[in-house]
Amino acid sequence: MAEVAENIQNIIKPENLVYQKSPVLTDKVMHYCPGCSHGVVHKIIAEVIDEMGIQEDTIGVSPVGCSVFAYNYIDIDWHEAAHGRAPAVATGVKRVFPNKFVFSYQGDGDLAAIGTAETMHAVNRGENIVMVFINNAIYGMTGGQMAPTTMVGQVTATTPYGRDVDLNGYPLKITELIAQLPGAAYVTRQSVQTAAAVKKTKKAIRKAFEIQANKKGTAFVEVVATCNSGWKISPVDSNEWMEEHMFPFYPLGDLKDGEKEDPEALKMNV
Amino acid sequence: MTEEIIIAGFGGQGVLSMGKILAYSGVMQDQEVTWFPSYGPEMRGGTANVSVIISDERISSPILHEFDTAIILNQQSLDKFEEQVKPGGVLLYDPNGIVHPPTRKDINIYKVEGARLAAEMGNPKTFNMIVMGAYLKVKPIFGMEKVKKGLEKSLPERHHKLIPLNLEAIEVGQKNMETVHTV
Amino acid sequence: MGELRLMKGNEVIAEAAIRCGCDGYFGYPITPQSEVMETLMNRRPWDETGMVVLQAESEVASINMVYGAAGAGKKVMTSSSSPGISLMAEGISYLAGAELPCLIVNVQRGGPGLGTIQPSQADYFQATKGGGHGDYRLIVLAPASVQEMNDFVDLSFELAFKYRNPVMILSDGAIGQMMEKVELADYKPRWTDEEVKEVSGSWAAIGKSPDREQNIITSLELASDKMEQNNIRFQAKYQKIQENEVRFEAIDCDDADYILVAFGSSARVCQKTIQLARAKGHKVGLLRPITLFPFPTEEIKRLAGRVKGFLSVEMNAGQMVEDVRLAVNGKVPVEYYGRMGGIIPSPDEVEKALEQKLIGE
Repeated sequence: MAEVAENIQNIIKPENLVYQKSPVLTDKVMHYCPGCSHGVVHKIIAEVIDEMGIQEDTIGVSPVGCSVFAYNYIDIDWHEAAHGRAPAVATGVKRVFPNKFVFSYQGDGDLAAIGTAETMHAVNRGENIVMVFINNAIYGMTGGQMAPTTMVGQVTATTPYGRDVDLNGYPLKITELIAQLPGAAYVTRQSVQTAAAVKKTKKAIRKAFEIQANKKGTAFVEVVATCNSGWKISPVDSNEWMEEHMFPFYPLGDLKDGEKEDPEALKMNV
Repeated sequence: MTEEIIIAGFGGQGVLSMGKILAYSGVMQDQEVTWFPSYGPEMRGGTANVSVIISDERISSPILHEFDTAIILNQQSLDKFEEQVKPGGVLLYDPNGIVHPPTRKDINIYKVEGARLAAEMGNPKTFNMIVMGAYLKVKPIFGMEKVKKGLEKSLPERHHKLIPLNLEAIEVGQKNMETVHTV
Repeated sequence: MGELRLMKGNEVIAEAAIRCGCDGYFGYPITPQSEVMETLMNRRPWDETGMVVLQAESEVASINMVYGAAGAGKKVMTSSSSPGISLMAEGISYLAGAELPCLIVNVQRGGPGLGTIQPSQADYFQATKGGGHGDYRLIVLAPASVQEMNDFVDLSFELAFKYRNPVMILSDGAIGQMMEKVELADYKPRWTDEEVKEVSGSWAAIGKSPDREQNIITSLELASDKMEQNNIRFQAKYQKIQENEVRFEAIDCDDADYILVAFGSSARVCQKTIQLARAKGHKVGLLRPITLFPFPTEEIKRLAGRVKGFLSVEMNAGQMVEDVRLAVNGKVPVEYYGRMGGIIPSPDEVEKALEQKLIGE
């Protein structure tokens, strides 16, 4: 046994380091379920903040939902917003601190149901903020009820016979709506179920923060995500389920890439 | 000195701005003033009224049930406010459109043909200043220099070129005030 | 002597905000207080002092923008009227729960529901007893003149930061819409980022420097024992406010047999009522609470020891009268007179009510 321990100590050396936790992540143990996508996205945001050297200038706004405690994990100053109001809270912060980096982090219920108005109007104003949207097609924290993005036929606690459009309406493609708004600079949909996907999402989030630095308008990053606890299937099956059922309806890729519309072009002649 | 005035007429007759100019004239001679309007849908084409209190002392209630002076510019307002003039008080009205003139015997009643005189001046917008001129003839509570300052303060800068016309209208009102009945 | 102007109460709120170094206003139009934001937008304070002004998509958004900006340690405010304040109730509860300083102006109109746009004081309970969920209090100031609309803006921010608590100016459509002579305050510069750090750096989310722990603006605490501790701390703070911040005006109370208790517009009406009553030989005084929370309970208790009765005069169905009765605690009669639905009682009808209900002649 002693020999094994010694061998391990020989391996733990800076020159052998291939990966380490971002210094912008705290040491707190995450409360997320094994297999949940939130932890990965938190890690990506922390890495981007670290790599851009903006830890002292970044303020996060966490939602109500599973990621309500995001402030426990990313080592920056935070506001914990009321359900759905993160974009309004982020607007308030950004307006009085225009040179800080401000981002909101919301789930599908928060961003696309109770907070739809705040979401649409923050983007429509072209607030220079980053909005991260985790779409896992279910309400995780309250125990697996229907979300605005729940798939047709998907079983949840409040759609026990599957989402019925006649009863519950359609899954909401809010990101497509967001992409139509002139205040949006960059709108993209990504995922984090593979190493390659994580890389792409990180690139997207980095780009979103850079857009904020250049005050080009709202940068909106949707991450199609899994909730194996809520879906009641294993993490591995969840990834497959997401790819099979969600990706066709929520296709990955950029929906808008540029900057907010030129107001001069829209101004009426008076 | 405390003067409690109600000015009432149609929206668009310049009721509120007449009140504002009176109030500002009071401020110009270091008096306390309160300008309390009716507000809301009434402003849009319906009746409009404003009570103006000018006093040497701290003003108590902006809401009054009786007035020293009522300046009345339409029949509805006459019907409503004739009753609310204090005995011995003043009622000044423009007879244009008045079918039932005031009848009280315990108050002083004056009139001024503001609408007709404004038309003669070639500018219907001078109407409220003509009526205000008639009021200042009945109750000269301010000198004209204070009124001029009141106008300067209450009119936006871009309308200051209209001050001479307003002063002229006030004079027209002062000259054309008619006594109907005095106690 | 500061600059003298003739202004509406609503306009003065805007002017006072600019002059006292307010950093931001977030609001949504509603009658009878829309002149607040209109005046701000006309004044373009962002060019002058750097104050930001934003028309939000709703009252819900406005109060949450206030929450964000207040959590950043800035002097920020919103204004609305009754139905809009109901929409803000959740956000106000969060502000109280996260102990954030801010100013909320309620230019009340008659309710319930969409009600009327005419003046009312029917939000007394909502303002003084909480309004949103949970055990919390706002510091509530009740201006009775346009001058006080001016003076209370700066005072509100002072109290808000002193106690890290939201402050409400509880006004009404009459005071918002009427013009009076007002002496404006001199300009105070906005806090610099350094000053914000100095004043609020220990708690505000202004960017985490390496030398300190995270600042997290939140009202959430899932552990009940900790949440109870938070509540105990809040209650201790409210107690301190009750001990130190009671403000009232007593007019002709020294020799009075009967006391009118009224705030805001009603108090103005009652000032005239006491003149009418005294002209008839009745010794009547007026106690005007300026702070509605904290309520001048001790002063009323003191007066109850020697007067014959109290009449609470309100533009509602009788709300403050409950606090007057608690203070008087049965020693002498406490009656209520009021009007509802946007009607302001006239001085003479209050005088009649006083005779009828208390003096008995």
